[in-house]
Amino acid sequence: MKKILIIGASSAIAQATARLYCKEGVHFYLIGRNEEKLEIVKDDLITRGAEQVDLDATNPVSLEENESQIKRARQSLGEIDLALIAHGDLPDQKECEASARKTIKALTINSVSVISLATLIAHHLEEQNKGTLVVLSSVAGDRGRASNYVYGAAKSSVSTFLEGLSYRLNGTGVSVITVKPGFVDTPMTEEFEKGWLWTQPETIALGIKKAIEKQKSVVYLPWFWRWIMRVIKIIPRTIFKRLSL
Amino acid sequence: MQKNLTSWGLTGQKSTDVRLIKWRTDKLPEIKDGRSLLPYGNGRSYGDSCLNKDGVSLDTRSLNHLISFDPKTHILRSEPGVLLADLLKNFVHKGWFLPVTPGTKYITVGGAIANDVHGKNHHRRGSFGNHVIRLALLRSNGKTVICSRTQHSDLFFATIGGLGLTGLIVWADIMLMPIDAPCLNVETMKFETLDDFFELSKQSEWEYEYTVAWLDCASKDLSGRGIFMRANHCTRLQDSNNDQISKSKKLPFNLPSFIVNNFTSKIFNAVYYNAHPPGVLEQTLCYEKFFYPLDKLKNWNRLYGKKGLFQYQCVVPVEQGKKTIETLLEEVLKSGFASPLAVLKVFGEIKSKGLMSFPRHGVTLAMDFPNSGTALLRLFDRLDSIVANAGGAVYPAKDARMSAEHFREFFPQVDKFKHYVDPAFSSTFWQRVMG
Ligand SMILES: Cc1cc2nc3c(=O)[nH]c(=O)nc-3n(C[C@H](O)[C@H](O)[C@H](O)COP(=O)(O)OP(=O)(O)OC[C@H]3O[C@@H](n4cnc5c(N)ncnc54)[C@H](O)[C@@H]3O)c2cc1C
Ligand SMILES: NC(=O)c1ccc[n+]([C@@H]2O[C@H](COP(=O)([O-])OP(=O)(O)OC[C@H]3O[C@@H](n4cnc5c(N)ncnc54)[C@H](OP(=O)(O)O)[C@@H]3O)[C@@H](O)[C@H]2O)c1
Repeated sequence: MKKILIIGASSAIAQATARLYCKEGVHFYLIGRNEEKLEIVKDDLITRGAEQVDLDATNPVSLEENESQIKRARQSLGEIDLALIAHGDLPDQKECEASARKTIKALTINSVSVISLATLIAHHLEEQNKGTLVVLSSVAGDRGRASNYVYGAAKSSVSTFLEGLSYRLNGTGVSVITVKPGFVDTPMTEEFEKGWLWTQPETIALGIKKAIEKQKSVVYLPWFWRWIMRVIKIIPRTIFKRLSL
Repeated sequence: MQKNLTSWGLTGQKSTDVRLIKWRTDKLPEIKDGRSLLPYGNGRSYGDSCLNKDGVSLDTRSLNHLISFDPKTHILRSEPGVLLADLLKNFVHKGWFLPVTPGTKYITVGGAIANDVHGKNHHRRGSFGNHVIRLALLRSNGKTVICSRTQHSDLFFATIGGLGLTGLIVWADIMLMPIDAPCLNVETMKFETLDDFFELSKQSEWEYEYTVAWLDCASKDLSGRGIFMRANHCTRLQDSNNDQISKSKKLPFNLPSFIVNNFTSKIFNAVYYNAHPPGVLEQTLCYEKFFYPLDKLKNWNRLYGKKGLFQYQCVVPVEQGKKTIETLLEEVLKSGFASPLAVLKVFGEIKSKGLMSFPRHGVTLAMDFPNSGTALLRLFDRLDSIVANAGGAVYPAKDARMSAEHFREFFPQVDKFKHYVDPAFSSTFWQRVMG
């Protein structure tokens, strides 16, 4: 029986990914702050063929709860084959610039809570000596941009943390995968005008599944973002600052 | 959110103010300036019935959850934004199929209900709405009304084929159909005249779940020749002979010589095969190939270029059916416009449930035309008059241009229907035909 833990289970990308694993014998444990949404996701996964879906309607961003959340997940699932951390929020950059409190909040949602949960999950996987930890970071973490550097800093710290964690766990049966999606058409990006670079969450989900199967450590999704980010990373600061990105 | 939502015809119409409905528990957005709302499924309607250019479109894409399935009752409860493609992916391998499917699987459950869509098995199962057991409708007064044939039945019948105007469907119970295997035994054969087409339809009615014909609308004389297809789901025993096994069988009646011309074979190249041998071609096809040949090429509508395309689909009563179809074809021939793809099918006697449903006992003809401006629109008006005189109707799901007068002739029940239209809902189509 495959045991899957999903944190931020109401995320569009997380849901699309979970659907790819729905078949007999799969047991999900879903964590998220909104019980009503988790119930909807649960019914969906069950109808699509999941064997068992347990819910934990608590907030992953409440740091003091993280330990008990992961403990409950362990008790319910026993072994964890796959853990996906998906919660995140695009903060209003302008508001963050004006308020340290808002900046800290955005960092807590997108970075501190993610690192806290990843630390706890890593302990457990290490103990099992198997399992995969997948975390949704972002291409936004690859470079600081004037328009989005608070979110970018959060994602960058997550990516750096995961890189180190994967080296630490190298040689064990545990793998750590950093997912860096580009622009994805989900509720989080509802307000954006969508152009040709945009992708549907279902496409990202297929990429995540493939990365898990191939045990990739970092994956850009869709693939062309690797090349876009390569170019963006080599643009010298003197030019980058004039690009108003 | 500013976004450009279009319909399949790509004739330049769009909706630009779009609100995402994220969860089925959400409220309808409050629009302060009194502009109207209209649900948007997957935009596979050809014209303006899925658009709301002066109002707000409700994007239902995130309402893509399944809710429950009971194999004992065959009832699936689903949110409206679920694509038929998604249902097929989840249920075909478990032995279930859609009771009715249109020629594309990229439509939503909500769209299937709101246009009460039909398929190649209309003569056996009616239209999609015949398999909808219950639905929940979110109205602009904030109330969710659960309706069925026995509960708020007026609203139920108004919502099936209700063009999205009666409120937002937030879930629906649909009865799936058990099948033995995901493939079909398909027979195709040529016919030379409309008489032969009607004869074949009649002969096939009882023994075949699916029937449809491709009409050679590009032939010089529009004589009513074409290719007839009929099929049944495979039984488990036959499952092993997979795709594309073919042999010829004797025809059920005499066929005059008919050579597939370049044009039809071009179509059929794209659709199934290179050239049709004489006699009956028998094949076993997987369901995707049989039902959705056009889906292979996503966005084939773009092949029609910047100006887009129109589809003209009408249904005319069976009595005089042949005469009317002939008159319509003559009118097309006279106009000089050629349809690269035309489909003909006899609808059976099963009554559609919807107050405004398009399918009814009769013959339906659907023709695609590249958008070539006013002369083509004038042709459509003439076709409308022929259809109206015959007591038929034109399909709103495919329409971008019918006049208010003709609409009333096709759907005289609209005076009853309008009482069920949610006061906050409207569409570009509705504004056009209701003036
Ligand atoms: C290649 C192709 C083949 C086709 N073949 C057939 C065929 O064989 N038979 C047939 O009948 N049709 C056919 N169609 C037409 C198509 O099936 C219909 O237009 C269908 O309604 C499109 O569904 P959609 O999900 O794209 O919805 P849209 O086109 O976006 O919307 C259709 C209607 O549904 C309403 N709606 C959508 N969601 C909701 C909701 N949640 N609540 C209330 N109303 C809602 C909209 O307001 C609109 O009135 C075909 C179309 C194409 C492109
Ligand atoms: N969409 C993109 O373009 C994109 C690109 C790169 C990376 N990502 C990352 O992908 C992940 C999933 O995002 P998505 O696109 O799937 O968006 P989404 O559908 O909007 O999901 C966001 C998820 O985060 C949760 N969340 C948001 N704010 C929260 C808060 N303050 N406290 C607790 N939970 C909160 C949401 O929970 P509720 O449902 O309860 O609100 C939801 O589960 C995120 O980490 C995001 O940063 C997205």
